[in-house]
Amino acid sequence: MTTPASAERLPVLLSPGPRGDTAAARFGGRFAAPITYALFGLVNILVFGAHAHGDATLSFTPEFAKVSVPNLTLAAAATCYVCGVISIALGVTRLLDVLGVIHLGRVWRRVLVGAVLFLFILALLVWADGGQAIAFNIVNLLSGTLSDSIPIMLGALTGVICSTSGVINIAIEGQLLLGAFCAAIATSATGSLWLGLICGALAGSLVGILLALFAIAYRVDQVVLGVVLNTLVLGLTGYLYNALLTGTYSNTLNNPNTFNPFKIPLLGDIPIIGPVFFDGTVFLYITYIVLAGTQFGLTRTRWGLRTRAVGEHPVAADTVGIRVLAYRYRNVILAGLIAGIGGAYFTIGSVGSFGPDMTSGEGYIALAAMIFGRYTPFGAIGAALLFGFTTQLQSVLSSINVPIQSNLLLLAPYVVTIIVVAGLVGKVRGPRAEGVPFIKS
Amino acid sequence: MTTPPPATEPAATPPPAAEPDEQPGDRRSFGDILRLAIQENTVTITVLALVTATIIGGLLTAFTNTTVLTAWGNFFSAPGNAIGQAWDAAFGTYWALFEGSVFNPHTVAALFQQASFSAAIHDGFLSAVFNPLSETAVQATPLILTGLAVALPYRAGLFNIGGQSQFIGGAIVAAWLGYAYNMPFFVHVVVCCVGAFVGGAALGGLAGEIKARTGAHEVIVTIMLNYVMLYFLAYLLSSHSLMEAPGGSNAITLPITSNAHLPLLAGTHLRINAGFLIALAAALAVWWLLNRTTTGFEFRSIGANVRASRVAGMNVERNWTLVMTISGGLAGLAAATVILGTDFTLNPQSYGTYGIDAITVALLGLGRPGGVVAAGLLFGALHAGSPGMQVATGTPVQIVQVIQALIVLFVAAPPLIRAMYRLRAARVGGLSTTMSKGWNA
Repeated sequence: MTTPASAERLPVLLSPGPRGDTAAARFGGRFAAPITYALFGLVNILVFGAHAHGDATLSFTPEFAKVSVPNLTLAAAATCYVCGVISIALGVTRLLDVLGVIHLGRVWRRVLVGAVLFLFILALLVWADGGQAIAFNIVNLLSGTLSDSIPIMLGALTGVICSTSGVINIAIEGQLLLGAFCAAIATSATGSLWLGLICGALAGSLVGILLALFAIAYRVDQVVLGVVLNTLVLGLTGYLYNALLTGTYSNTLNNPNTFNPFKIPLLGDIPIIGPVFFDGTVFLYITYIVLAGTQFGLTRTRWGLRTRAVGEHPVAADTVGIRVLAYRYRNVILAGLIAGIGGAYFTIGSVGSFGPDMTSGEGYIALAAMIFGRYTPFGAIGAALLFGFTTQLQSVLSSINVPIQSNLLLLAPYVVTIIVVAGLVGKVRGPRAEGVPFIKS
Repeated sequence: MTTPPPATEPAATPPPAAEPDEQPGDRRSFGDILRLAIQENTVTITVLALVTATIIGGLLTAFTNTTVLTAWGNFFSAPGNAIGQAWDAAFGTYWALFEGSVFNPHTVAALFQQASFSAAIHDGFLSAVFNPLSETAVQATPLILTGLAVALPYRAGLFNIGGQSQFIGGAIVAAWLGYAYNMPFFVHVVVCCVGAFVGGAALGGLAGEIKARTGAHEVIVTIMLNYVMLYFLAYLLSSHSLMEAPGGSNAITLPITSNAHLPLLAGTHLRINAGFLIALAAALAVWWLLNRTTTGFEFRSIGANVRASRVAGMNVERNWTLVMTISGGLAGLAAATVILGTDFTLNPQSYGTYGIDAITVALLGLGRPGGVVAAGLLFGALHAGSPGMQVATGTPVQIVQVIQALIVLFVAAPPLIRAMYRLRAARVGGLSTTMSKGWNA
């Protein structure tokens, strides 16, 4: 006897449907990449270059740094033009690759994408700072990006583990929110930040338990389930906040300390890199560990191999004796710990006290980052950083009075996500059995 | 003992595994699954889910109330007092909800204390008696319409989380047509409503079209569209040259002209307006569309089995776009009833929590128009009663969201309810079967 999953998901027998290469071809096809590069180049020239004036100063030294790096002063308009020309040149290179004149490897193609993005951001920054008296601090921008992205990164890693095990986790938002709530209360009540961190993690895991129970045991539609769990957590935390945390108990239950940044000796003193990567709160280092652990675990260990088997083809996994349901339960619940830590960042990692709906949809962004990042740990982290960067860029730009609509800037990553998700379908497949309950026969 | 479905061997498997497996590759829509379950005891399940959620909500209210907690602190010296306080808190909350949403005896008392009956009617005392019901209808109106916007695509196998974006799309058009133009009375309302439908339909259609063209999962696309529209609305309301009312710095539009107001149904003292009739008509129209037209048959067929529908010659992609367009239009209509019926302006918070509430309404309504109306009225009553409840008892309004989420969670997992109440399982599986599809399906 087979599960619904196996018969359904046999790849070769499936009619391709409205996806696969045909979809990609319809969506702009092979020329999408070169055209996009050239468009970015044109924007650099026509929008930023044409409107830039004066000199832009980029500084690379945070306050109180031991080693200072000299500021970089660039002529704004000229820099934008150069960026634009290089982007167009890269577009042409990519076009030649598409036409088969030259051959670029996968690595080089990714380098091209990175270069075009870098040039675009450089042009944007130079245009924004051109003629301004204040130097634009790159290090602050980058370290702000990294710390702002922590919950998205951890949420996305949770999503990667759950998806790889074959369970859709839309409840990341709820895990973050409950994590933030419990961490704030536990830290306030006990005064121990570490206990708060642990409670936050356990709270994320609690939502994970509910998700696992309903998705695996009761086989509720996992997308629906995730949304309902998010609503439940949103309502519950909002309710408890108003019932308990605002009145008499606000000082005793919702007034936590926050973790202080901890600079790693030596590494933290490296110019530019040090202050960005090695001078953060414990959450940043946890993120590194979790990232490394997830990547290594999923690709290099027995656990990872079995997890992927359970997510790809549970029947086969079951046949060779892997306990499919046990794996799914365990992974979903353990992954909840990660998102719970990410949630704890909102309270005891940054602002302290809890506020209703303080995660403001970052769990959904983590979900998008996971898909954007092709279900891989490093991809998800990269996508999460992209989201964090736009948010951070928006706040920095609005603080130096740049004439750009902050709302439109905030809107941009979501549009990019839609385009990327639409463009990636057919090229990227999630785990085959994702969202399909396994029924042992 | 389980009743195995026809054409299978007698179930030698334990109950949880006795899935109706005559259909490998199960792709039935939630609605169909629900219908299957209704033939058994879904009514019982739904009622028990309501009861369970009410009990849990009551416990939550009781044990987060500071008076009750103090009383329970002295439980061993005065156990009766502790239990009594808990009962009072929970019962008081529900009674206040009832008074705010259905019937408040005080209003009748006030009516009969007036000197003359006709004067009492003139002063609005009679209206006060019906005010709770009117408020319930007012609150239910957008819930029913957005609930339909989730339920209709659900029948076609799509999960529309984009109620918020479509609502905003409709709201923008309705408000703009409402304040920027002057038209005769009846014409103006109709034009605004049609405009709102189109505004919502454009966004719904966009999500459907992206899904149809590229296969990108509608959940991720609609979530992203929610954020896009949220920031787009903030952008529109941030500049006097766009939609912000001239003169002020509040992010709000001009009030719409009185000709564009939806007509009141029961005198000037009550807020119930023609929007409620629109909602009922829309539910009827959706029922007719689903059950009496070829298009509706195709929707349900695609929801039941995409591949079979494709083989039968249905254009699946076109139907996806169509069903999302109609659904977006319904959410847009919901916006019209809010903007033209109660709010009369547009502000950055106009969309409320309708996007999330809609999902709970549709799920409790079992994905069927009649059910959606009933669920919309129930949740509308909760919404109508909650502000008064918070004033009277101090219980935060978020309790409503908790109860909503609990109800849906229990409705979605009948095995849990069966286990709780020791019900005899008519057929294990039933409602708990999922749509069985991953992100890329």
